[in-house]
Amino acid sequence: MARQRVVVIGAGIVGACTALAAAQAGCEVTVVDRGQPASGTTSRGEGNVLVSDKPPGPELDLALLSRWLWDDLAAQLGAHRLELEAKGGLVVAREPAAYDALVSLASAQTAAGVQTAPLTNPRSIEPHLAAGLAGGVYYPQDAQVQPVLATAAILAEAQRLGARLRPGCLVVTAQHARAGAITGITLDTGEQLPADTVVNAAGTWGGAVGALLGAPVPVLPRRGFVLVTEPLPPRTIRHKVYSADYVANVAASTEDLQTSCVVESTQAGPVLIGASRERVGFDATLDPAIVTRLARQAVELFPMLADVQLLRAYRGFRPYCPDHLPVIGPDPRVPGVLHACGHEGAGIGLAPATGALIAAYLAGDDPAALGLDPTHFLPDRLLSAPIEEPTQ
Amino acid sequence: MTLHLDVDGAAVPFVPGQTVAAALVADGRLAWRRTRSTGMPRGVFCGIGVCFDCLVTIDDHPNERACLVLAVDGMRVTSQDGTGREADR
Repeated sequence: MARQRVVVIGAGIVGACTALAAAQAGCEVTVVDRGQPASGTTSRGEGNVLVSDKPPGPELDLALLSRWLWDDLAAQLGAHRLELEAKGGLVVAREPAAYDALVSLASAQTAAGVQTAPLTNPRSIEPHLAAGLAGGVYYPQDAQVQPVLATAAILAEAQRLGARLRPGCLVVTAQHARAGAITGITLDTGEQLPADTVVNAAGTWGGAVGALLGAPVPVLPRRGFVLVTEPLPPRTIRHKVYSADYVANVAASTEDLQTSCVVESTQAGPVLIGASRERVGFDATLDPAIVTRLARQAVELFPMLADVQLLRAYRGFRPYCPDHLPVIGPDPRVPGVLHACGHEGAGIGLAPATGALIAAYLAGDDPAALGLDPTHFLPDRLLSAPIEEPTQ
Repeated sequence: MTLHLDVDGAAVPFVPGQTVAAALVADGRLAWRRTRSTGMPRGVFCGIGVCFDCLVTIDDHPNERACLVLAVDGMRVTSQDGTGREADR
């Protein structure tokens, strides 16, 4: 039997992990992207690989599988090629009531398989934290990768296994058989790529790409800012540190601006300060008020940052679905189309597990054999309501 | 009367309106910083505040961009190695 021809649309971290998993499963893979690898949301975040920010449920199951798969990728490719750093997360609460809520969340997470350690004195492991915090919870599994490096390394490994990479190519149309199944796509160069399967890994633009394939999905952008400081000496800030209200903000759907500070250092030295979330379509305007607010929250957590300079700020569009779960799996309307998008701000962390799920669908294996319930992520759940178009 | 910067203890002259970087270059200095990981020399590169290569410590504030700071008589300019913040650790 001929090898299955798979076209992956999107060369971000999810497309890269999908391409590698499909190539390892023996598929003939082509990755297309209208830009360069990792030029969309992948390069506009902090490289989070987190279990701490997810309450028990389908997304936490996916995150735990993915955390294990990141270690597996590091073993295959070398941790240095990903800048995978198991730095651990530290969630802190200012008020005693918030600390109590955090500890009960941690207890539920522990039951779901997360390692947690409540700390009444979080400064014992993070010495520059503000005084007077009620407490924190340490999550040793939280990690960070350099998402652009990681995407490049994973794509290179997929290419080594025979995958082709076509950057700078826009998908303009799709071809379907009379019975409705997809048979290929056409690029803006006029070139046709025949395909047995097309994977929509277009991230925040997954709604538009899905529509082009005849399978629209409700993925909308949520803008997030990240600030970058001048380099600090190693181990000035040791973990990924954030305030407990981050979890509530991630889960919220409001259009209003939400900020809850996330502070961490990078291997290169600069400290990253996130993370705002707001629904403003694809408006990339720099908003100094958000920069100010994030910086103020960071200084509340780490007073020594008050006289550290910001070098720059960047922003990206987190792709979210109405229920804040990614959409992973076959589309019920167009045979041969699979979705792998809508990971909101967790796409880096969730990418390897997403690739593994897609590879299982491609191979005709039972994805539940990966140890989680894959039905929560199927597109079917999103298709009963009308699909909102993002404003461009 | 000539105006001077104090650069690592040496008097470096400047004229009003010159930046610290301009004064250093006019004094024949091309590099005044070493990078934090490999110790490579760095001086002014972009000259417009974008590249952060020309960093100096000014009056005890590390990582000031020499190309953007106007020279002031008696200003204390210290060349820096690494992050300039080793004491913060």
